[in-house]
Amino acid sequence: MTLIDLANPTRFLALTARALPWLVATTAILLAIGLYQSAMAPDDYQQGATVKIMFIHVPNAWLSMFVWAVMSLAALGTLVWRHPLADVAAKAAAPIGAAFTFLALVTGSLWGRPMWGTYWEWDARLTSVLILFLMYLGLIALWRAVEDPSRAARAAAVLTLVGALNLPIIKFSVDWWNTLHQPASVMRMGGPTLDRAFLIPLLVMALAFSLLFITLHLAAMRNEILRRRVRAMQMIQAQAGKPQA
Amino acid sequence: MSLGPYTTFIVTSYLAVLMVVVLLIAWIAIDYRRQKRRLSDLEAKGLVRRSGRK
Repeated sequence: MTLIDLANPTRFLALTARALPWLVATTAILLAIGLYQSAMAPDDYQQGATVKIMFIHVPNAWLSMFVWAVMSLAALGTLVWRHPLADVAAKAAAPIGAAFTFLALVTGSLWGRPMWGTYWEWDARLTSVLILFLMYLGLIALWRAVEDPSRAARAAAVLTLVGALNLPIIKFSVDWWNTLHQPASVMRMGGPTLDRAFLIPLLVMALAFSLLFITLHLAAMRNEILRRRVRAMQMIQAQAGKPQA
Repeated sequence: MSLGPYTTFIVTSYLAVLMVVVLLIAWIAIDYRRQKRRLSDLEAKGLVRRSGRK
C-alpha cells in the first residue's frame, strides 16, 4: 500500500474500516496501563502529588504542536502535490488539535496554581500556546466560512503554514525568554532529566494519547469524506432540479 | 493513594481531560451516523456520484 493508493478515498475508507477497531482496542489498553502507572507513581520531592498532572498535561501539550505539524504537512500536500486527501486530513485534524491545546492550557493552569501561585501568567510559553489555540479556532472558522471546499483548502493551507512559525517559538520559548514555565526535561540534548519512576508512565501516556489522536483523526477523516460525498450528491440533485434553457 | 492538599487540582485536571475526550468521541460518532444517514437518503432517491457510476 503506497501513498498513491491512499489518494483514492474509497480505498482509504476501506483501510480505515479495517484499522479502526484495532486502533481503538490498542488505545484503550495503553490508556488503561498509562493511567494505572500514573496513579501508582510516587510523589515528587518538591511538587508532591501534583506531579500526576504532568502525565496528562505533557502529552496534550506535545500533541497540540504535533497536530499542527501534521496539518502543516497536509497543507504542503494541498498546495504542492494537490493530494486529494490532504485537505481532508488537515480539516479533520483541526478540532482535535484545538481540543488537545485547550486541555494543555487547562491542565497547565491547574498545575500552575499550586506550584506557581497563579493560574495564568503572560509569559512566552503560555502566551504562545494560547496563540496556537486561537489559530486552531481561526482555521476552523475559516473552513466553516468559505463554502467552496477547494478555495477554503488553499486559504487554510496558507494560514496553516504561516501558523507553523509559532511551533519553534513554543518549543524554544523557555530557552529564549525568562518564563515561569520550566525548561524541557524530556526532549532535550543530553537526554531526559526525569527519574524513570515518572518518565515511563509519561511515555506510556504520550504513546496512548498519540494513538488516541491517530484513531480520532482517521474517524474524523472518514466523516469528512462522507460529508463531501453528500455535498457532491446534493449538487447533482440541485442541478437535476434546474429548469433546462 | 493519597493526593494530599492538591486533590482538587489533580482530580479536576483528570476530569477535564476525560470530559473533553468523551465529547470528541461522541461528536465524531454522531457526525458519522449523520453523514451515513444523509448519504443513504440521497442514494434512496436514486442519486449516484459521478465516480460511483458504472
